[in-house]
Amino acid sequence: MVRLVGLLAAASLTLAACTRDAAQPDNADEPQDALTLTVLAASSLTDVLEPVVDTFEVDHPGLTVRASFAASSTIVQQVNEGAPADVVALAGEASLEPLEEDRRDGPVSLFATNQLEIAVPVDNPGGVADLDDLAAGELTLVVCAEQVPCGQATARLLAQEGLEPPIASYESDVRATLTKVELGEADAGLVYRSDVAAAGDRVAGVEIPEDRNVVNRYPALAVSDRELAQAFVDHLLAERVQARLREAGFGPAPER
Amino acid sequence: MRATSTRERPTTGSWSLRVPALIGIAFVVVPLLALLARTDWPQLGTHLSSPVVGQSLRLSAVTTSATMVLVWLLGTPLAWLLARSDHPLTAWARAVITVPLVLPPVVGGVALLMAWGRRGVVGGPLEAWFGISVPFTTLAVVMAELFVALPFYVVSVEGAMRGLDRRVDQVAATLGAGPVRTFVHVVVPLVLPGIAAGSALAWARALGEFGATITFAGSFPGRTQTAPLGVYAALEQDPDAALALSVVMLAVSVLVLGGLRSRWLR
Amino acid sequence: MSGLRADLRVRRGEHVVEARLDAPAGVSALLGPNGSGKTTLLLALAGLLHAERARVEVAGRTWAGDGVDLPPARRSVGLVLADPVLFGHLSLLDNVAFGPRSRGMPRRAARARAQEELGRVGLGELLRRRPAQVSSGQAQRVALARALATDPDVLLLDEPLSALDPQTRSRTRADLATRLRAYPGVTLLTTHDPLDALTLADRLLFLEEGRVTQTGTPGEVVARPRTAYVASLVGLNLLTGTLVDQEGWAVALEADGARPAGRLVLAEAPEGAAAGEQVWASVNPAAVALFSQRPQTSARNLWLLRVESVTVTGQRARVHLTGDVDLVAEVTLGAVAELDVQRGRELWAAVKATEIHAYPA
Repeated sequence: MVRLVGLLAAASLTLAACTRDAAQPDNADEPQDALTLTVLAASSLTDVLEPVVDTFEVDHPGLTVRASFAASSTIVQQVNEGAPADVVALAGEASLEPLEEDRRDGPVSLFATNQLEIAVPVDNPGGVADLDDLAAGELTLVVCAEQVPCGQATARLLAQEGLEPPIASYESDVRATLTKVELGEADAGLVYRSDVAAAGDRVAGVEIPEDRNVVNRYPALAVSDRELAQAFVDHLLAERVQARLREAGFGPAPER
Repeated sequence: MRATSTRERPTTGSWSLRVPALIGIAFVVVPLLALLARTDWPQLGTHLSSPVVGQSLRLSAVTTSATMVLVWLLGTPLAWLLARSDHPLTAWARAVITVPLVLPPVVGGVALLMAWGRRGVVGGPLEAWFGISVPFTTLAVVMAELFVALPFYVVSVEGAMRGLDRRVDQVAATLGAGPVRTFVHVVVPLVLPGIAAGSALAWARALGEFGATITFAGSFPGRTQTAPLGVYAALEQDPDAALALSVVMLAVSVLVLGGLRSRWLR
Repeated sequence: MSGLRADLRVRRGEHVVEARLDAPAGVSALLGPNGSGKTTLLLALAGLLHAERARVEVAGRTWAGDGVDLPPARRSVGLVLADPVLFGHLSLLDNVAFGPRSRGMPRRAARARAQEELGRVGLGELLRRRPAQVSSGQAQRVALARALATDPDVLLLDEPLSALDPQTRSRTRADLATRLRAYPGVTLLTTHDPLDALTLADRLLFLEEGRVTQTGTPGEVVARPRTAYVASLVGLNLLTGTLVDQEGWAVALEADGARPAGRLVLAEAPEGAAAGEQVWASVNPAAVALFSQRPQTSARNLWLLRVESVTVTGQRARVHLTGDVDLVAEVTLGAVAELDVQRGRELWAAVKATEIHAYPA
């Protein structure tokens, strides 16, 4: 019994040690509430948000921003169920609808746009050259599930273009969709332009012309009444953040 | 049925034992009751008749049935060899087969992709030579379920088989029964309760399979979206349908386990 | 020939069994203390244990040796163990029919054969019962019927009566004796109960520490035991030494540790032995007389010995003595009381020369 407990403790410590190696220095001994801001953000923001967080921390010495990434729909659901959060940043306005009124503590700020792009494996085994190739059949095509913004955008795109390609799988979020392409399991995936950019040379992108594409607008808002929460939302519109977003493949904040 | 009214004094009559025990049982029961309480009972029929629910339940029934057939065909002989073989490799085989028991299912899904994916160790040649692609198919769902369920079955059945008196198969051998006849006509009938218990565990594990399936087989209604994936997909769009589906899975699980318990497990 | 001839070397754990057997048709009892390798030998003959070296020939057929090593299912053998080990999921009838079915007999014929075999052990009325529904003695008879239903060339019985309670045991022993008389093949029966051996067997084989130490008919063995174990089993004292002819015939007992050299005076020259040869000398415990004082006796063998232990069976007691020789004396309970026999007490033990039976080793 004692040995069993010892074994489990050792296993847990090993896991803990691994995470500590991989992540930033541990902040466990700092006071939590006052100096920590929790941001829940859409999966598609995973790569771009980290430098944004860094600049915000530099502007507010002593502050730690914890960013967690998930499907937009999941984030809204978690916030509705009472998950502790200060800011949410989502990948589509539709995802925002289920967010309950009493969790909204600030105005919605649209800070970026994103468009769809076709991600294909580097060697492009399906020979995908444009949007119409997707419907040609024979391709293993993965898309986002309809409850997440990229899935809604995909549905809009396919409907608008009158395309009904065979779909292999509805992945739970945009990152899962991209991963299936990266691994070569899918011949093509419909993801955001920013995701193709973030994946670097692990996937290739096939652009969808502006006039056939759909635009997703990214909303952010404070979900706690802390001043820093609203400050973070405003920070997303700062010029250097906008530049960083454009660099990452996002479109500019839409005119209000 | 007890004929007498004498009752033994329990040796567990202390609150320092009862309190943790009650907390333990409450921890399991409360979420299950909450599931029932939040279910939209008047509209249950409507939710259940939605295509997502029906498709995913049907797919779960088909895939777990196929999985169980494979589990029986592969797992029973495997358990028997593990139970009786004294080959040095047996200990290794026994350790390896239990790995999926402790492996996070998602990791299992990644491992299956690495093996059977289009660029996988086995899947690559399969695709190149025969044009067979496993991921995103119902077959992939069955494979994911088999991967996580087989160890439960083998471990449980091997235990029962090891408990079987070695002299039983020795006597059968002297009576002229070869290894296969002994296995089919003596060993399997005698460990049937163990097989039932192992099947229940394996089936429950296959029914609940999520991580390996979504990683390896993806999610497509009617093809790879099993009931747990259906619950997950519906939870954010149509929570009432998700709850209805959950209630059905709960009911089926309880029915099957209850049925097995009264018949086989004591 | 219809007998069994075997030469085996089997390792089981730390024990090595290395035995040559030659058993004709009929019942041979294999006797030996616990751990002597009786069961190992039986399992190896059945092919259930791997032998390091094996040569087994039965009824002119080679089961093992010359590159042959038949699996158990292809050896014509029947096995009955201490526990019946019946198949719990089958009726008694199907338990017995299992063997013939396994050897390819059609279902109906196999059942008919099984019914006949169960009838011969008096269980013709219980065909449909399950093993759990019959007594231990009945179950053991089913096990016998099951083993014989395949008409094996060799029947192996491993302590078949040892798990039964005393009453069931004597009843089952009688049934077993009846059934075995009608069986034409070779029966090998292991036991450590001399009563089983003497009532069931035509021949005795003794196995000690993995080796066959003596074989013979019960009469031969009782007359001339060749090991201390065999002697104790048949209830005799056994001593060994060199035959000498000095002022009459005697056996010179060698010094052994603290024990000095001694002499056993014989009444006459033993048959078939010459002076200087190694001989055995057996003494019936009933012929050992005990005295509390040095007796005035004509007995020419007299020792002062210490009592080690006393065991009582019925109206007689066996007194184990140690000293210059180890002897067992069998006396009445009255004598035990009179002599105040208890552990550590010193007593004089006398044996007449005519009561010592010497024979060549």
